[in-house]
Amino acid sequence: MRAVGHVLRAELVGLAGVVERNTYLVRRYLWWELAFFLWTVANTLTIVFIAEGVEAAGGRIDVERTTAVLLIGAVMWAYLGMIFEILTETVSWERWEGTIEYTFMAPLSRAVHLGGMGLFAIAYGLVQSALLFAVVAFFFDLSLPGANFPAALVVLVLASVSFVGIGMMTSVLPLISPEKGTQLGFVAQGVLLVVSGVYYPVTVLPEWMQWLAAISPATYALDGVRDAILEGDGLEALGDELWPLAVIGAVSIPLGLAVFRVGERHAKRHGKLKRSG
Amino acid sequence: MHAVSISDLRKDFRRRNGRRLRRERVPALRDVSFTIERGECVAVLGQNGSGKSTLVRLLSTLLLADGGTARVFGHEISRDSRAVRRLVNRVSVEASFFKKMSSAENLAYAARFYGMTPAETGPRIPEILARVGFPAERRGEPMENLSRGMQQKVALARALLTSPVLLLLDEPTTGLDPRSRLEVRALVRDVRETHDATVLLCTHDLEEAEALADRIGILDGGRLVCLAPAEELKRRYGAATLEEVFFAATGRALEDDEEAAD
Repeated sequence: MRAVGHVLRAELVGLAGVVERNTYLVRRYLWWELAFFLWTVANTLTIVFIAEGVEAAGGRIDVERTTAVLLIGAVMWAYLGMIFEILTETVSWERWEGTIEYTFMAPLSRAVHLGGMGLFAIAYGLVQSALLFAVVAFFFDLSLPGANFPAALVVLVLASVSFVGIGMMTSVLPLISPEKGTQLGFVAQGVLLVVSGVYYPVTVLPEWMQWLAAISPATYALDGVRDAILEGDGLEALGDELWPLAVIGAVSIPLGLAVFRVGERHAKRHGKLKRSG
Repeated sequence: MHAVSISDLRKDFRRRNGRRLRRERVPALRDVSFTIERGECVAVLGQNGSGKSTLVRLLSTLLLADGGTARVFGHEISRDSRAVRRLVNRVSVEASFFKKMSSAENLAYAARFYGMTPAETGPRIPEILARVGFPAERRGEPMENLSRGMQQKVALARALLTSPVLLLLDEPTTGLDPRSRLEVRALVRDVRETHDATVLLCTHDLEEAEALADRIGILDGGRLVCLAPAEELKRRYGAATLEEVFFAATGRALEDDEEAAD
């Protein structure tokens, strides 16, 4: 019992270490963080301005509502990008710095190692996404008087479990292909969002893509966040989004860990777990 | 119980050869067997590509062997890898740090991975950095501002911070100036005396091997051709120097490079 307690304590300290290291890195690269945030704001604006552009071109739409729909989609895109990017750094940044061998030979379980990366990614992503939402909403003078932001936050946090699970699967790709593995994470992000109704309802998709939408956590995340912000839905009304997110999350984390372990084993067998690939 | 016990250890890498589609197997270690006693320092000499780094990376649990067994204090390296990791740390030829982070920050997060809390590392990091001769006023500086010699001292501090009972040194002084080399050597001696650490030193620095090791082994093309105290090797090969021993044992000079397998 005592030994179990000792191991558990060491794992929790290790988990805190992963978060601590990433916090140091954000602090040390603060100006770069600011530059990337400006880029994300600019990117989001190019999408959200489409609503006003359609009206200016003679289209008849509810501009305020469409603006909010696009904004939620764009923020979700950015959020998912941050989660995948940070998890992919589990391998790619460490390989670039040369620390990968030291991290992977430390007596920290891979579940805790990746869990720490996921925890930091969620915290970092939520702060950046909230800021992004506020800054872009300010540009369009969005009022959103009935928005239920706490319920939207609960949906996003629950969806993040699934996103982290999928991120674990993509984060192992740089171990298998040091040159191109990182970019495959962006492919996963794009595929996930295109089938999930990022800027449109999933009903406009071909039938086979709607099947994929049904198993994508981003579908339920987008629906839930939109319902909470645009309709003011509370958690009771969001049951149809929350339970699928809980189920997909419960499956995706063990699956993500299993995929990472297979990739790590492959890398160890073929000598790819090293700084130079 | 031996600190390290290796029996018929084998590792191959697959490499594409020219225009052939099939990859061919390139042996990096071939049926290597030896033991290291607790508190002993064993140096393994070899050219680039002789299998030294492969040996260190196998014992660090970063590679899976293709045959044979290796145990660290009784723990088999692939089946019981987490127990092995708790006992081992290493210093390699590249210091390898997050370069924008300071030495204190790099050491702090690395120690957390070994279960050390901020309360433990708070006093320990300044103490260990002082011990390796790292100036206190530079603890907050990014690693990228430090010389290679300084970085290597921090690498040694990182390894010592977790109190490893097996210290793997993979060419720890390569590329350092003579003064830094001597300082690192003095530190390794100090660690052995004060930490009860067992040391496996892989190097192609003959002088370093002779100065630090109780026994010296020679890896050639992935095979361990001999392992004995320096004086015994000289007697065995009728040689006056380790350089002559190496030539007699392998038919090559240490400076001639093999094709790197690892």
